[in-house]
Amino acid sequence: MSTMSAALLVLADGRFPAGGHAHSGGAEAAVKAGRVTDGASLEAFCRGRLHTAGLTAAGLAAATAAGIDPLAVDAAADARTPSPALRAAARRLGRQLMRAARAAWPSPELDALAAALPRGAHQPVVLGLVARAAGLGPLAVAHAAAYEAVSGPATAVVRLLSLDPFEATAVLARLAPELDAVASAAADAAGAALVEGLDALPAPAAPLLDITAEQHAAWPVRLFAT
Amino acid sequence: MHLDHPDTYPHRHTYTAATPTRPDGTRRALRIGLGGPVGSGKTATVAALCRALRDQLSIAVVTNDIYTREDAEFLLRNAVLAPERITAVETGACPHTAIRDDISANLEAVEDLEDSVGPLDLVLVESGGDNLTATFSKGLVDAQIFVIDVAGGDDIPRKGGPGLTTADLLVVNKTDLAPYVGVDLEGMARDAKAQRGELPVAFTSLATEGGVAPVRDWVLERLAAWAAA
Ligand SMILES: Nc1nc2c(ncn2[C@@H]2O[C@H](COP(=O)(O)OP(=O)(O)OP(=O)(O)O)[C@@H](O)[C@H]2O)c(=O)[nH]1
Ligand SMILES: [Mg+2]
Repeated sequence: MSTMSAALLVLADGRFPAGGHAHSGGAEAAVKAGRVTDGASLEAFCRGRLHTAGLTAAGLAAATAAGIDPLAVDAAADARTPSPALRAAARRLGRQLMRAARAAWPSPELDALAAALPRGAHQPVVLGLVARAAGLGPLAVAHAAAYEAVSGPATAVVRLLSLDPFEATAVLARLAPELDAVASAAADAAGAALVEGLDALPAPAAPLLDITAEQHAAWPVRLFAT
Repeated sequence: MHLDHPDTYPHRHTYTAATPTRPDGTRRALRIGLGGPVGSGKTATVAALCRALRDQLSIAVVTNDIYTREDAEFLLRNAVLAPERITAVETGACPHTAIRDDISANLEAVEDLEDSVGPLDLVLVESGGDNLTATFSKGLVDAQIFVIDVAGGDDIPRKGGPGLTTADLLVVNKTDLAPYVGVDLEGMARDAKAQRGELPVAFTSLATEGGVAPVRDWVLERLAAWAAA
């Protein structure tokens, strides 16, 4: 089971058609509040998101990829997502990923989860199952989940602030070593969860992201869905 | 190591426009996309089509606004359809991405409408106003209408672009304004013909009673072909 697989590049490609382009990962609310204004503040935002929502998502994805029952991991994802708006968004994105993945890597496990949760499972859970269908392991999919946690906001901020795209990409490059560390921690936790149960999965939260997600969902005019 | 990847597992269709049936085997609605520059009259065309056809057809609408719900709200306010027949998709500032490159949210919206309001004959998918290159994916719609207007300049048909040249129907709207903006409608028709060959062009004024008739007739032809296929 190797991290070095071209399938991971296909899955983590920003153009993978699974709905991510309509989401800013909380960046739109942070920009509006004046907390993200330039490359440095984008980096701080992404770092915070990586070590909270990113680590949590990576753990869930890795646990599913390791073979833990996706319905059980889905319940663990609900428990780790206090914001109703973000729970709804995670299921919507999970359903969109399911659609793209069933075309890309058809598998009986994907069909079974789609049948069990037709309105969508949490996106990281679907991601973990997609990894199994694509022949990727828990560490590889943890990388994909962690990367998504920061690449979405970085792309969104380029659109929201007209931030120099080279600067946004440099932010992601500077975060790469931390992404590796988060992915490793998530994969280790998934290994522990196989033995000790799902409580071994990380659950760090970002209360400000949850609060602003609820506020953002009520804005009458916005560019991004979250 | 491949964890679970039997090479023989069949590729599944994903219920895109390529598939004429829904998961339960019933035939799905015809899907028509409407694209074109900002303010050309896409929502006005959708509203007029709904009014002209809602008594004979079961219709639903999906809108793709850039950053508001204006289009959906206009349709709701004007009560062209019951509210449960109108869904707004959020596009992350990029309507052409949502109708062409990543159609997953739009497909979801279309399927949810078919599931919730029951068998539909026609789903209209409006793109937010975009540029001349915007086209709908064949995975999302069966046919597309590109709407421009005379006030946008009579050189638009000459400029072309994938949206304008390849759409199944080109609508040149707001012909009532032609005298005021000094455009040459015959020149526009000639340029459109040069760009589009045999593909049809309709000149409309939605400000006029019954002005949507040429578009309505084209939609009915497409529906007849869809039902016969
Ligand atoms: N004079 C005239 N005005 C029209 C006609 N059709 C539409 N309009 C007006 O043009 C304006 C824009 O029309 P919409 O239907 O909202 O245009 P749209 O293409 O949906 O615009 P976006 O969704 O913002 O890209 C509105 O004020 C309409 O009332 C027409 O045939 N003649
Ligand atoms: Mg409109």
